[in-house]
Amino acid sequence: MTPASQSSERSGERMIRTPEGVVFALALAGPVSRCLAWLLDLACLSVLFKLGTLASNVLGLLHQDFSQAVSILLLFALTVGYAIGLEWFWNGQTLGKRLLGLRVMDVRGLRLQPSQVVIRNLLRAVDSLPLFYLVGGVFCLVTRYAQRLGDLAANTIVVRSAQASEPHIERVFEENRYNSLRHHPHLAARLRQQVTPAEADAALQSLLRRDALAPEARVVLFGTLSAHFKRKVAFPEEALEGISDEQYVRDVADLIYRK
Amino acid sequence: MSYLKVNRGMIIDLQKFITAERPYWQELDALLIRQERDPYRRVGFDDIRRLHYLYQRASSDLAKINTFSAERAMHRYLESLVGRAYAFIYGARQKAVRFRPLAFLLRTFPATFRRHFRPFALSLTIMALGALFGGGAILFDPEAKAVLMPFEHLQMDPAERVAREEGAGGQDHLQGAQGRFSAFLMTHNTRVSIFVLALGMTWGIGTVLLLFSNGVMLGAVAADYLLAGQHAFLFGWLLPHGATEIPSILIAGQAGLLLAGALLGAASERPMRERLRAVGPDVVTLISGVAVMLVWAGLVEAFFSQYHAPVIPYSVKIAFGAVELCLLALFLGYAGRSSSDRRQPERNRHRGSYRS
Repeated sequence: MTPASQSSERSGERMIRTPEGVVFALALAGPVSRCLAWLLDLACLSVLFKLGTLASNVLGLLHQDFSQAVSILLLFALTVGYAIGLEWFWNGQTLGKRLLGLRVMDVRGLRLQPSQVVIRNLLRAVDSLPLFYLVGGVFCLVTRYAQRLGDLAANTIVVRSAQASEPHIERVFEENRYNSLRHHPHLAARLRQQVTPAEADAALQSLLRRDALAPEARVVLFGTLSAHFKRKVAFPEEALEGISDEQYVRDVADLIYRK
Repeated sequence: MSYLKVNRGMIIDLQKFITAERPYWQELDALLIRQERDPYRRVGFDDIRRLHYLYQRASSDLAKINTFSAERAMHRYLESLVGRAYAFIYGARQKAVRFRPLAFLLRTFPATFRRHFRPFALSLTIMALGALFGGGAILFDPEAKAVLMPFEHLQMDPAERVAREEGAGGQDHLQGAQGRFSAFLMTHNTRVSIFVLALGMTWGIGTVLLLFSNGVMLGAVAADYLLAGQHAFLFGWLLPHGATEIPSILIAGQAGLLLAGALLGAASERPMRERLRAVGPDVVTLISGVAVMLVWAGLVEAFFSQYHAPVIPYSVKIAFGAVELCLLALFLGYAGRSSSDRRQPERNRHRGSYRS
């Protein structure tokens, strides 16, 4: 099986073409969200280090030198190992990335290999130069896939990983609902022919999100959509009698999406 | 005329489509969640076949949606599902082998070192040139000492320092602080090594500068003590830990130059991304070996190197350092040689390894 190849890409996206010929997009994380994730990780590291220092202080009651050595080693292990460990065991996520819905992935959309995790994190030494990840931030802004130097070396990208939820369109298309437009099959067929997928989607999205709209905005939106669809195909007056603009748009979507 | 420009695609019966396909999407989602929760779980043959079937079915659904309908929520959902399944199916780790630290240290690390000997030789040459420069500077301009050795204990006259260290007799200036000192050395030197490696991404310029400057300092110190006739002290002081520490920095330089070589891509027609991918595992192997070596160097420097005659005779310290250096050379030159050499050609065929 051949690996994915790149397809035409919009800014902020990494398009992957699978060997099956299907194209899907990975939404790239921008420098701001990555910076916020890093700040969260920093806060998490501070807490962990505080806890470690408390533990080594207790150890200091038994042996002062040993406890100080443990403290130094712990700080080092946390600063170097925190991101490496979490990104490996949590499939490309640290705590900060997890909270902000970000994930590190192979640039080809595949799972990370251990060496990729190690390299991208060791190269923070250069990305963090001279202060506050300035080098890494600049590279994020100028590179095609928003990669810092560590990402370039390890062939990784950081993507927004929020999983889309399953679509629920049942609430738009109720079973056994009366649709007066269905009494005119030739006009319904013409409507299906005339309406583009984008127009159909506009109607569907408006119906799916109707509850999120203010009443006035809802009236204006469905009025506009209804007028638009009425211009496409003129149904007889009796089919439209007593139907509101929203109801008309619902009937149109029903005709288009349920044959 | 705008009517003609509109992209006219067919719209499928969305509800029928969702009703028919949803059970398959849900099954795929459940399989992926199970796998994502436990990435090390062994997947049976039937499960893999089913997963592959469901992935292909979801891919086909995504293709249909792309062609016939523009429903965004469904598009996003199917993209997410196909993306996750794709990462799982095509991104299966090459070999689910358990990490064996001893085999890694005794076989993989020295074999990797030998495989990329040229960047190591270059790293050694750069540091040696730096040492020659530092030594020459002290020889011809003793005033340069303040600039080349910015450490207080190196600023004083070597004979004076030797007299002070030896005059301390049995007095231990690290009394009760060896552990802390040792931990500091381990972490500090490992940080420097990581930095030397990471600077490889500056097309190697940073790595070269850091290796050269370390060489300058080493050469200047050596020249200063040799000119003052303090040969025994110099070797007794530096050799026990330097026998491991200096090669560690050189190997970090080797890893940095390996990275730089992949970035520059000299004598390779492969794309940069492929070259970097090929050297990645070897870079990690080298820096991991360096970290282990620096743990040893830190222990030796804190618990052994800092004790001079009459506490530990110089002859003992020098002999210890010389033996260490010989053992390290033998280890890096021969450890795991037979097995790695047998495996090497096959490994390169599979990985398309980028040879330096």
